[in-house]
Amino acid sequence: MGPSSMSAFTALLLRDMRLSIRVGGGALMGALFFLIVVVMMPFAVGPDLNLLARIGPAILWLGALLASLLALDRLFAVDHEDGSLDLLMMGSMPLELAVLAKAIAHWLTTGLPLVIIAPVLGLMLNVELSAMGVVALTLLAGTPALTFIGLIGAALSVALRRGGLLLAVLVLPLTIPVLIFGVAAANAAIVGPAPFGPPFTILCALSLGSLVLGPVAAAAALRHGLE
Amino acid sequence: MALIDLANPTRFLRLVNPLLPWLAAATAVLFAVGLYRAMGAPDDYQQGATVKIMFLHVPAAWLGMMGWGLMSVAALGTLVWRHPLADVAGKAAAPIGAAFTFICLVTGALWGRPTWGTYWVWDARLTSMLVLLLLYLGVLALYWTAEDPGRGSRAAAILSLVGAVNLPIIKFSVDWWNTLHQPASIIRMGGAAIDPSILTPLLIMAGAFTLLFFTLHLAAMRNEILRRRVRTMQIMEAQRFAEAGA
Repeated sequence: MGPSSMSAFTALLLRDMRLSIRVGGGALMGALFFLIVVVMMPFAVGPDLNLLARIGPAILWLGALLASLLALDRLFAVDHEDGSLDLLMMGSMPLELAVLAKAIAHWLTTGLPLVIIAPVLGLMLNVELSAMGVVALTLLAGTPALTFIGLIGAALSVALRRGGLLLAVLVLPLTIPVLIFGVAAANAAIVGPAPFGPPFTILCALSLGSLVLGPVAAAAALRHGLE
Repeated sequence: MALIDLANPTRFLRLVNPLLPWLAAATAVLFAVGLYRAMGAPDDYQQGATVKIMFLHVPAAWLGMMGWGLMSVAALGTLVWRHPLADVAGKAAAPIGAAFTFICLVTGALWGRPTWGTYWVWDARLTSMLVLLLLYLGVLALYWTAEDPGRGSRAAAILSLVGAVNLPIIKFSVDWWNTLHQPASIIRMGGAAIDPSILTPLLIMAGAFTLLFFTLHLAAMRNEILRRRVRTMQIMEAQRFAEAGA
């Protein structure tokens, strides 16, 4: 990677972050959705604090999973509509790298806020204060995997000019391992007795693996779909 | 004959059309033999006659998984070699693989009711097959929503490969999840080797299912080629009509 593609990478990253933070961007919409999903849960399962504490990590993880999918279908669609995606595809920077920059910007503006507000939502679910840091840590390790897997679905659905539900149908089954190990790590830290280490390291491995697979597959989908 | 000779759809059709009746006949014969032998197989000392569901259930599971393997190979053919028949093969395999996976799940549920006392348990194997079905449905959804068949098949090819990478991970994590949440509470097959009186009919049935898969697959490929030809002719006709009107 030469210096010019490095600066192009940073420029694209900053551009995407600015776009999603400023008016019209949906940066905090995911966090708001996360809040609402978590608030809906006690209405569905009842206000029993013991029950909520037991299923709290699962609720937080499910909410984060749905919230991180929410904004994904606009990831490439906006750029496709105004033509800047075509410029990215013709540019000198490898498309995989451009896709990676967009994904990282997307995670920083939609995934990271989920991690930050998770402890507050955990309080409402009666998750122990001492465990909140660990739950947030599992989200920090796992939400990048959700973004990078969702990236593939976003690229496929923009290539077919279909968003929304198709993306969720394609992506959700692929995120099952992340959900399993995320909730398992959080539960291990709160109630035990299983050790925290193995599920957490597997969660990190899933994030790193999807960091490699996601941009390559998404770039291939864009190339094959938009040519 | 090299694989590249089959790239010509006309040559492919000329080969497949006479082959199909023979394949269908062989499938029927093998099914007759397999079902007869399965009926003659001894009942399980615990499960009684319900064990015969296995002769449908297990081959369906194998073929459901093989369908995804076939789609992945076809996906490589589509994306890497641009083999014109590869995307036809992938598209034809998707609904058939999904159907076999569905048969596996339904027979599993019907078998589970008398032996486990419930239609559905979150057993690792059942759950993995369910996820496989969901992935199949995702691929089918891609084909349904694509306006342009070529674009849809390339998108489905990418999803097939991503699924092929992910399926072992999903399988592993579901196994892990199950042992964590639900330690062996279920009767499991295996352990002791299967008796030949059951194994032989099972293998015959597996052969019959495999032949059925390929018969259906080749027929579906033929239909897809013909469907594309019809589509091309319709577009040409519409163009001719538009030019005449202009």
